[in-house]
Amino acid sequence: MSKNLLLPKPHEILEIIRETEIEYTFRVEADLKVEHGQFFQISLPKIGEAPISVSAMGDNWLEFTIRKVGKVTNEIFNLRPGDKLFMRGPYGTSFPIDKYKDKDLVVIAGGTGVSPVRSTLKHFYQNPDDINSLYFIAGFKDKKSILFEEDLENFKTKFNTIYTLDNEQVEGFEVGFVTEHIKKIPFDTFEDYNVIIVGPPAMMHFAALECLKNGVPEEKIWVSFERKMSCAVGKCGHCKIDETYVCLEGPVFNYTKAKELLD
Amino acid sequence: MSYSVSVKKMNEILKELQKDYKVYAPKRFEKRGRYSDTDLIRYAEISMVEEIVYDEKADFSPKEVIYPITQTLFYFTEHEYKESKVHDKGILIFARPCDINGIKRLDTIFLENGDQEDIYYKRLREKVKFILMECKEGWDTCFCVSMGSNQTDNYSLAVRFAENNLLVEVKDEAFNNLFANEKTTDFTPEFVTSNQVTVKIPEIDNKEILKKVHDLDMWESYNSRCGNCGACTSACITCSCFTTSDVIYSENGRAGERRRVWASCLHEDFTEMAGGHSFRNTPGERMRFRTLHKVYDFKARFGEEQMCVGCGRCTDRCPQLISFATTINRLSEEVNKLKNKKVSQVQAASKEVE
Ligand SMILES: Cc1cc2nc3c(=O)[nH]c(=O)nc-3n(C[C@H](O)[C@H](O)[C@H](O)COP(=O)(O)OP(=O)(O)OC[C@H]3O[C@@H](n4cnc5c(N)ncnc54)[C@H](O)[C@@H]3O)c2cc1C
Ligand code: SF4
Ligand code: SF4
Ligand code: FES
Repeated sequence: MSKNLLLPKPHEILEIIRETEIEYTFRVEADLKVEHGQFFQISLPKIGEAPISVSAMGDNWLEFTIRKVGKVTNEIFNLRPGDKLFMRGPYGTSFPIDKYKDKDLVVIAGGTGVSPVRSTLKHFYQNPDDINSLYFIAGFKDKKSILFEEDLENFKTKFNTIYTLDNEQVEGFEVGFVTEHIKKIPFDTFEDYNVIIVGPPAMMHFAALECLKNGVPEEKIWVSFERKMSCAVGKCGHCKIDETYVCLEGPVFNYTKAKELLD
Repeated sequence: MSYSVSVKKMNEILKELQKDYKVYAPKRFEKRGRYSDTDLIRYAEISMVEEIVYDEKADFSPKEVIYPITQTLFYFTEHEYKESKVHDKGILIFARPCDINGIKRLDTIFLENGDQEDIYYKRLREKVKFILMECKEGWDTCFCVSMGSNQTDNYSLAVRFAENNLLVEVKDEAFNNLFANEKTTDFTPEFVTSNQVTVKIPEIDNKEILKKVHDLDMWESYNSRCGNCGACTSACITCSCFTTSDVIYSENGRAGERRRVWASCLHEDFTEMAGGHSFRNTPGERMRFRTLHKVYDFKARFGEEQMCVGCGRCTDRCPQLISFATTINRLSEEVNKLKNKKVSQVQAASKEVE
């Protein structure tokens, strides 16, 4: 019989890091080859499954940053180190980091959208010579929803960072939506560059428009979509937009394709 | 080779076949129909020719034989998943050409889409052999001829039902010996060559037109008509969407199963994500999604054929009397209008230049 594509495997939780009240990062033991921006179907027997992005990776471990929003994610929050998470994957397309090499990179992320680009950011943080420059705009709603504080501090030392909160004044953070800070990026000084935009659907839409307004060509923009998914392998139909399956051809899309995906 | 077989003899053959196969055919369930005093005809196991309803259209398709409404994927105890099992018999399905062609569309999704085969589908599908039920006339809502799905050669046996006997074409040599003593004839099945209903497939040949199709006013008219019940999609031979969910058996919660259940793109929660965000929020938008899948984007993706096979069951089942053929034809008209508008704009523009 051919491979059972829906059968998950247990992975031990090594560590749980509390990011915010409703977002924890779970480090699990896993020796799997994963590309930046891919996701797994994470499950608990008797509860259910949910697609979750890889937020960091290392030798023999992966991290998932999970927001507690419902049935499966609530139950995952009751687990402790030593317990098992069931997983199948990795699935989906990834950020083409080879294409980003030796160029300038702009990363614009909002809220939980920081998760799927975190491993890309960490990659260039560890390999700063692979990139000309990296501009990172991160936006959160307010102080209590700030994710990855330690990373944000570290990134400041090697990247050009703009951190912003929607409507709260906090030291080290600007005020306003990420879109308001895009004009500060010196696009016209870059020779060749790429822009990654990840966040809630409305944020990605307006951030992309703002980039285009600032002269960024469509083909330099990369986004990551979120859709309801039940299978992640192109069978259940939930993620389909016209002839495109987000679980197969996405979640990472070039903007030239993404702009044609109309719901 | 073809044979003329008495009903009595065919029943003996069926009995013989049942040693190795489960045999499915459209069967009558009395007074279980949509309206009081009507019967429901759906696929179920049969053991005698007399049980087969061959002169009426089945309300539901045979898809549930290989793709059950609810299907267990795994059983689990506290800490492990165990794969579900299926019976070890073969499957014979009495089916019309539209349904045999429809199952080919299901094959495309479950076996070809993505880079992996769906084993839960495959393990039942690979057991299946078809017994074609000749269909020469169709019914008032059928439009298989327009969809090119009125014919097929994908069958092991083909049958024509008559009062006291059946004409049977045996294409699959595995069944030759069962008919060895029967009278041969020159029967080959005929196929319906015209339906009362015809449809014109919309010619959406670029993304610009597609974008305009999304914005058409016609979809809004479904907001007040379609009740999001999903009856159309559950009757459809080609609808394949599902949702996976876990079930706990007992109070102490130690054992349970992961199962998948048919899902409908007409239901409001089909695209709903965490935080309550949905992508197609009105019945009209959902009708557009379903219609385009059936007569545009399945073909755009896989290249060969439209998804819809024109069985007309969605029209038959809709409590709001929404005719899918009418929807398709209306869309085609609108697409033509969009294209003509474009042509006349181009002509007007080139006139101005002159
Ligand atoms: C490619 C991808 C990557 C993702 N990455 C992350 C991540 O890194 N971290 C994170 O916290 N979340 C991520 N999500 C969202 C996450 O999958 C959902 O929040 C999760 O499925 C909710 O499951 P639940 O059982 O806890 O909630 P439920 O009780 O099932 O549902 C709560 C709400 O979520 C909706 N929902 C159910 N299934 C999904 C689904 N598959 N996708 C979206 N919404 C759904 C329900 O309709 C309901 O409105 C990602 C989603 C996708 C598609
Ligand atoms: S869309 Fe309607 S007519 Fe077409 S295959 Fe499905 S049920 Fe039959
Ligand atoms: S059967 Fe009719 S009312 Fe029900 S979802 Fe389909 S089109 Fe809408
Ligand atoms: S998630 Fe099931 S088809 Fe994409």
